[in-house]
Amino acid sequence: MSEITLTIDGKKVTATEDMTLLDAAKSVGIEIPTLCHHKKLEPFGSCRLCTVELDKGSWKQLVVSCVYTVEEGLTVNTRSEKLDRIRKTILELYLAHAPDSQGLSKLAEEYGADKDRFDKAASFCIHCGLCVRYCAEVKQKNAVGFIDRGTRKEISFIPEIASKECWSCKECFPLCPTEALQAAYVLVEALRFPRS
Amino acid sequence: MTNERIDEIVDKYGGDPSTLIQVLIDIQVENRWLSKESLERVSERLKVPMTRIQHIATFYKAFSLVPKGRHEVNVCMGTACHVRGATRVLDTLEGLTGIKPGETDADLRYSLETVNCLGCCALGPVVEIDGKMHGKLTPAQTAEVLKTYE
Repeated sequence: MSEITLTIDGKKVTATEDMTLLDAAKSVGIEIPTLCHHKKLEPFGSCRLCTVELDKGSWKQLVVSCVYTVEEGLTVNTRSEKLDRIRKTILELYLAHAPDSQGLSKLAEEYGADKDRFDKAASFCIHCGLCVRYCAEVKQKNAVGFIDRGTRKEISFIPEIASKECWSCKECFPLCPTEALQAAYVLVEALRFPRS
Repeated sequence: MTNERIDEIVDKYGGDPSTLIQVLIDIQVENRWLSKESLERVSERLKVPMTRIQHIATFYKAFSLVPKGRHEVNVCMGTACHVRGATRVLDTLEGLTGIKPGETDADLRYSLETVNCLGCCALGPVVEIDGKMHGKLTPAQTAEVLKTYE
């Protein structure tokens, strides 16, 4: 496999062509914040926190580093005033859904995000898809999935599968970036009050 | 809808998982809704997990997971229809059928929906019933038109 060299935050990085910018940055110890990335799962690109800047000379292109594969000669910035501002706003939007999430609060402190900026809509779900994808890709049980769309999108367990598989697994609970109890709540709801 | 009929539809499209939406559309058109049993059959035949089917069936407005009425009444709420009195037409329909947009009456006679534009703004306010356009409606005319659909 051919090797690709690029520059991330001024550091020369050598990567293979199937790596994403996030992988390449990680390989030299540069941390990019992310909520929806998991090493066992396919890249998803839903949380947008790992957005980075590509220096195109006269202008800068914003790309999502967990789904953008490396290219020869790229110059990447993982921190800048603009990126911090974008991440701050994304975090503030997430905090409207899960104001007390520990993971989010930590990032919010780093980026100066105000958890009270937007009106609360405490759904606790930021649609990162970690539980859904883990169940489908790693466990291959497909017990939990998304339903509906847009602002009404939420996770939902299939009661028939959940009643057999979930109690002995529960591996998706700790993956949740906002609140481990969220999946637990939806699971119990699915078993106790199944949707027709 | 029987499993045999679902199998026929699945086979018509070759039984490939990527034909899921086509299969669901056919069932929706024929049956007017997607019952849990029929979705389970589709899941089994196409080898598509139930979570995925559920995601798609709830994503598109064309699919319904509850039985729909015999007549689908779509009231246009687009800008042109709105200024020409679509709200009054909708009020009349709600009063006559006793249901709100998105609902179906107990006799399964009508399903009421609002839509954002039907593309014939010159005819506003427009109501589409079972694919047929009824234009320039007054509340009184709306009642007359609705009566003709049993």
